[in-house]
Amino acid sequence: MRGYSAFSILRNGLTGQRHWRRVWRAPDPKSAYDVVIVGGGGHGLATAFYLAENHGVRNVAVLEKGYIGGGNVGRNTTIVRSNYRLDGNTQFYEFSMKLWEGLSRSLNFNVMFSQRGFLLTANSPGEFDTFGYRANVMRLNGIDAELLDREEVRRMVPYLNFSEKALFPVHGAILQGRAGTARHDAVAWGYARAADAHGIDIIQGCEVTDFVRHGDRIVGVETTRGRIAAAKVGLAVAGHTSVLARKAGLELPIESHILQAFVTEPIKPLVHHVVAYGADHFYVSQSDKGGLVFGGGLDGYNSYAQRGNLGVVREVAEASIAMMPCISRLRILRHWGGVMDMTPDASPIICPTPVDGLYLNGGWCYGGFKATPASGWCFAHTLAKGEAHPLTAAYRLDRFRTGRTIDEAGAGPFAWLQ
Amino acid sequence: MLRIECPCCGPRDHDEFRYGGDASANRPAYDDPDFEAWYRYVFVRENPAGLHREYWQHVIGCRQWLVVERDTRSHAIASILFARETRA
Repeated sequence: MRGYSAFSILRNGLTGQRHWRRVWRAPDPKSAYDVVIVGGGGHGLATAFYLAENHGVRNVAVLEKGYIGGGNVGRNTTIVRSNYRLDGNTQFYEFSMKLWEGLSRSLNFNVMFSQRGFLLTANSPGEFDTFGYRANVMRLNGIDAELLDREEVRRMVPYLNFSEKALFPVHGAILQGRAGTARHDAVAWGYARAADAHGIDIIQGCEVTDFVRHGDRIVGVETTRGRIAAAKVGLAVAGHTSVLARKAGLELPIESHILQAFVTEPIKPLVHHVVAYGADHFYVSQSDKGGLVFGGGLDGYNSYAQRGNLGVVREVAEASIAMMPCISRLRILRHWGGVMDMTPDASPIICPTPVDGLYLNGGWCYGGFKATPASGWCFAHTLAKGEAHPLTAAYRLDRFRTGRTIDEAGAGPFAWLQ
Repeated sequence: MLRIECPCCGPRDHDEFRYGGDASANRPAYDDPDFEAWYRYVFVRENPAGLHREYWQHVIGCRQWLVVERDTRSHAIASILFARETRA
């Protein structure tokens, strides 16, 4: 891999931009690998990179049925934060945050990580109390958290609805200053390029259709580009985990649901942070191009359709102008949907599975993007050592049997209500 | 918007309905001590990419619970019955 630097930009600029190289190779699959990772999204690519970087495992293939960046890694609202309350989540997402802070340097690829701050409004005194609890948990874990009262919020984000007549008036907010956004495509490309530089094969247009077994053990995959043997197979296909797991004989507590995201026409700088609404499901940031990027809740019924429903467009639009009435005249340019693995407690699953040779990374609900570096780091550990990383020990599949769920939302075992 | 043909009220937009999840999960008898059966009922879902039997309640209408068979890829609805008619 040729490193990117100010010098390389200058040199290529002076030579007519003719000498840039392919960012990653397009190899044909070999007949066997030590590890095959199914799914070339952010998590699969990060896993491949950390397998090579941290564990020296380089005989690895990442199989992607579409193209790199075409799945959920390119469909999210790019928010990165670590303001979680429950043990297991708090530490894992903070570890991810620390990896984000050095990511551009470790990948030699600018992921445009912008720590602009994540502000979540409290719209009732009771909600503000729970944010106090959450901020204390965060601080005890060494994570930055601030509670702001109504006037402090007004000084920071004066464009919110501060009317005395608001149905859900702003009471205060919790702020994580180190949170922010990253360029999601760059995360996929950066991990792909860095993994490829370690000799890892990234194979696009290669769909896994079945598993190859030897006795009870999985020893490879059947793909649209032929059979590939593997000592270990890792699934990182959140959204479609159930479909592949069933082929391996694995039953899961996962439902697939659609989450939509939206972008408006570009406007001058208005939203300088990531702002989320405590009274409904709405979160917004402004992209470098000027469009407001925002999202809301799930469409609410099982779906693999990768496109959204107009009912939720209306609900999200209502929440948006309840929180910031000043954007009511803005036009939405695009909206799109991604398929989410929803678990009954809204927390992910990263672990070895009861099926020998098969390892699972899934159930990301709608929190997968911010977890990308830590998910890859810990899943690489799981694949290399055959056991859970201490940071993901709580994300075991059997937690639903043992009652050790991590239900941050407290919504009960109903995937569509998370 | 999905259009759900309520057997009582006729075709209605899905936002008149409340979603009730997978209708193929079998609830064990209340005195059934089988842990596995309860675990599967509460947590395990087949989650098919294809035909899915699911509950919808027509909350802004007749308030009946329905079982709708719908394709999770295309949203095409194959059948709709009152939930009570699907029970033996």
